[in-house]
Amino acid sequence: MAEVTAGTGAGSGAGSGPAGSPEAAGGSTGGGGWRRPHGPLQRYYGPSTAEAAEAAPDPTDIDGPHFDPEVFMTKVRSECPLGQLLAREAALGREIRALDSDMQTLLYENYNKFISATDTIRKMKVDFRHMEAEMDDLAANMAAISASSARVSAALQDRHRRGAQLAGVQALLRKLQALVEVPGRLRCWAETEPARALRCHARARAVLRHYRHLPSFRAIEDESHAIMADLAQRLRTRLREEMLDPKELTECVEMLLQLEEPAEELSEEFLSQAGARLEAELAALEAELPAADPSGSAATPPPPASDILDFVDRGSSAFVGTLCQLAGSYRALFGEDTGRLEPFAAALATRYFALLERRLALEHGLGDTSLLVRALDRFHRRLRALLELLPAGADAAAALVARAARERVDRYLRALQTFFLGCLGDVRQALAAPRPPGKEGPGLPDLLATLAASVLGQLKAVLAYVQLFTARDVAFASLPYFKGEFCVTAVREGLVVAFVRWLCRTARGFADGPAERGAPAAPPALLLLLARLCLDYENSTISYILTLTDEQFPPQDSGPAVTPGPALCAEARAAAQRLLDHYVQVQGAAVAQMLRKSVETRDWLGTVEPRNVRAVMKRVVEDITAIDVQVGQLFEEGVRRAQSSDSSRRAFSVYSSSRAPGRYAPSYTPSAPMDTHLLSNIQKLFSERIDIFSPVEFNKVSVLTGIIKISLKTLLECVRLRTLGRFGLQQVQVDGHYLQLYLWRFASDERVVQGLLDEVAASAAHRCLDPVPMEHSVVELICERG
Amino acid sequence: SDTKVMTCAAVWRMPKELESGSHESPDDSSSNTQTLELLCHLDNTAHGNMACVMWEPMGDGKKIISLADNNILLWDLQESSAKAVLSSSTALEGKGQLKFTSGRWSPHHNCTQIATANDTTVRGWDTRSMRQIYCIENAHGQLVRDLDFNPNKQYYLASCGDDCKVKFWDTRNVTEPVKTLEEHSHWVWNVRYNHSHDQLILTGSSDSRVILSNMVSISSEPFGHMVDDDELSDQEDQHQEEKIKEPLQDSVIATYEEHEDSVYAVEWSSADPWLFASLSYDGRLVINRVPRALKYHILL
Repeated sequence: MAEVTAGTGAGSGAGSGPAGSPEAAGGSTGGGGWRRPHGPLQRYYGPSTAEAAEAAPDPTDIDGPHFDPEVFMTKVRSECPLGQLLAREAALGREIRALDSDMQTLLYENYNKFISATDTIRKMKVDFRHMEAEMDDLAANMAAISASSARVSAALQDRHRRGAQLAGVQALLRKLQALVEVPGRLRCWAETEPARALRCHARARAVLRHYRHLPSFRAIEDESHAIMADLAQRLRTRLREEMLDPKELTECVEMLLQLEEPAEELSEEFLSQAGARLEAELAALEAELPAADPSGSAATPPPPASDILDFVDRGSSAFVGTLCQLAGSYRALFGEDTGRLEPFAAALATRYFALLERRLALEHGLGDTSLLVRALDRFHRRLRALLELLPAGADAAAALVARAARERVDRYLRALQTFFLGCLGDVRQALAAPRPPGKEGPGLPDLLATLAASVLGQLKAVLAYVQLFTARDVAFASLPYFKGEFCVTAVREGLVVAFVRWLCRTARGFADGPAERGAPAAPPALLLLLARLCLDYENSTISYILTLTDEQFPPQDSGPAVTPGPALCAEARAAAQRLLDHYVQVQGAAVAQMLRKSVETRDWLGTVEPRNVRAVMKRVVEDITAIDVQVGQLFEEGVRRAQSSDSSRRAFSVYSSSRAPGRYAPSYTPSAPMDTHLLSNIQKLFSERIDIFSPVEFNKVSVLTGIIKISLKTLLECVRLRTLGRFGLQQVQVDGHYLQLYLWRFASDERVVQGLLDEVAASAAHRCLDPVPMEHSVVELICERG
Repeated sequence: SDTKVMTCAAVWRMPKELESGSHESPDDSSSNTQTLELLCHLDNTAHGNMACVMWEPMGDGKKIISLADNNILLWDLQESSAKAVLSSSTALEGKGQLKFTSGRWSPHHNCTQIATANDTTVRGWDTRSMRQIYCIENAHGQLVRDLDFNPNKQYYLASCGDDCKVKFWDTRNVTEPVKTLEEHSHWVWNVRYNHSHDQLILTGSSDSRVILSNMVSISSEPFGHMVDDDELSDQEDQHQEEKIKEPLQDSVIATYEEHEDSVYAVEWSSADPWLFASLSYDGRLVINRVPRALKYHILL
């Protein structure tokens, strides 16, 4: 068939060739000849769609499917010259020959294959026919098999059913046996393993209850009931009579619950059991405390056997632990309804707090604050477990800790105060100690420095101790109280500010209190020392302390108001002023007293002509010199009044009193018969009024001026109360001059001294029966000699 | 012994013309100076210097008490004051040389009490038995200079002294002063209650000042105004005003600085309750009035 086709193809090609092959052969190459045999195969298998699309119908393409020999011939003939036609004709002829030989070669090569393919197909036709018959056989066999199988199963069905029934009966029998065995097991386990007995009973119970209408089952049920009732009875007895561990207690109650005992009653018993146990623990704690002794609390209780940390440790591990455990069990057992548990726990916790409070109260001394802090910390930590159970307990616990801390701070304040008083006592002793002649005791500046340094050191130490309460690793330090209120109210206000205030008050107390009412007056040097101390506080120490405190205990923005530093400084300054004024008054009064006695006891009428300055005047000068030295140790020199500022003051003084003469001229003109009187009046117009007991400034000159003013004014008033003879007047003259010689340099304005002494002399002249003053030169001579 | 100075006491009679009722012009009296008439001496030769003489308040002018050194002497004037007879006396005994500095005769209790001052102590005496009835030890830090009884409150006593303070005492409780004033800057020599309005206190001091204080809180005046219902309904507005200024505090009303030297005496006028005089060392006598505003405040 293939041969025919190929032959036909070639023949047709060759057949048409003679018409136009000479022209067509010229354009085709050798390559085209090699490809051509595939063309028909391709065509046979159908050209690819792509090829079909691209192949535009070109009737002139000799290899294309749409080749039209007529069109090709026409085209070639019309377009090509003769030479080309001839060449093409030759080429076509060559091509046709090559194609023919190619075809023959192909045919030879593939002949065998054609033959074998044909054989195979023929064989297949025969085999299929045979197979069909076998398939029919198979179908018949299968039908026979299924029929016999159905027969077999029908025969076996009955047996199978009976087998299943028997298995069911056996299971049931096994269960029944278990049921029958229940009482025995229960009895056996009830003694040793009540929990197992309970589990067993729980399993059997439902079945027994279900079949209780059957007498045999009822007997079993009754029996097991009896056993369980007995068990319950025993458990209850145990619950009631024995002291159980929390764990045992929980188990016991749990079992009872499973035995369907009334929950209400059980919870009550549970709580009473738990209560008894906790009471015992509290009692153990309480045993450590000394017996509360309301009557004779004056006797110091013996120191507690164990330290507070130990106590708290034990309290929290024993009591708080048990309480938590029991509370947890209670919840697990009786559900979340804690209506009964809360008051129970609250009552116990309150007692525990009370115990702890009593124990804390035993911490009299300052002891080890870190120990206290740790104890409180532990307490607080352990108590957190209780908090979810007892929300109110949190507040109570926090309050307890806060109280303890506050108490400790208060104690520190008292300790500081005691310390300060102790220091003051030392200072007083040092001041009062008799000094061996020629050997100076510790100077006032040294005493002051020691006092200030030790007080400040103590304060710092106390602050460091108190800071333990707010340390980062302490749990309760994160409470809002310790963050805010404790820092401000307790430490800053309650400790630091209170101490400074107290110090100022105490210092003031020396000036205000005892001078009039019994108690021994403070030595003047102490007054001076305290005045300086207060002044130093005002100047620097207070702000330093407050800064330190604020650093260590940073105040909250929204916290309670704090006492501002300036207010404290003002208090300190007021105290210092008061003390210094008092010092001036005391020293002035001492000198004044001396002068007063000397004037009052002397017989000024009958005295002899003065030859000497009176000894008391020398004593006065000595005393004032001593005071000068004393004050100079602690206070700055101060400024003496410059002469330049004087004229203005004088002018003012003139102005302020110039209204007086006009108004009162009629009242005193007739009553001033003596020239001296008039003179002294006029003189007074030009001098400033002197306030005798007036506040002084914080410097030596001002202090000394104050003392001198008080002394001289006293002298003046005393002289006015006496009646003097001629020599009395002269003695006053001498004394006055002597005082002026030695006192002017202590005063801020020597004219104050001069003015007062002039008045003394003038008053003495007034009060003299025979006013003949002494020659000034003689006065000077006597004074120089003295 | 002519070099001895002795303070004595005598009874004098004022010229008739100056007694109340005569309305002569001051010019006349000054031009025509009249002298006092000496009635009798109080003989103190046995008792020492006279420190103080007091008439019996509200009496008929027959009894005098004088303080001489440490003695209290009660005199009876007889024969129309021509003779003074010592009717009873007592002496203050104690350590050292005790001397009375001042005294006051209480106008209360039928004039049976006097108060005396010696050094820093104030003592009360019963004139019938001449026994001490109370004693204020250390009434002042230093010498006590003067005393005065509140004319309207029988147990109240004012004292002043060298510690620059004026103190008010309730003689039933002498441990603490009721009130203390510290306004002066030197010794206070005199303290005087106003005779009718005992909240007004006058003090004179050697700091040359006279201070008039208003001690409402311890006076006999009701503290706080009693408002009648009628008045309230009638003059409500007026009372509203008064209420605002009602809580008048104890205060210094005025400080008089007219004196140039120590003031040794202050005294209220016995005729006009709003008038007072003060006398200073330089011989200046100053007469002042209570400020008008205060006067109206007290009266209305």
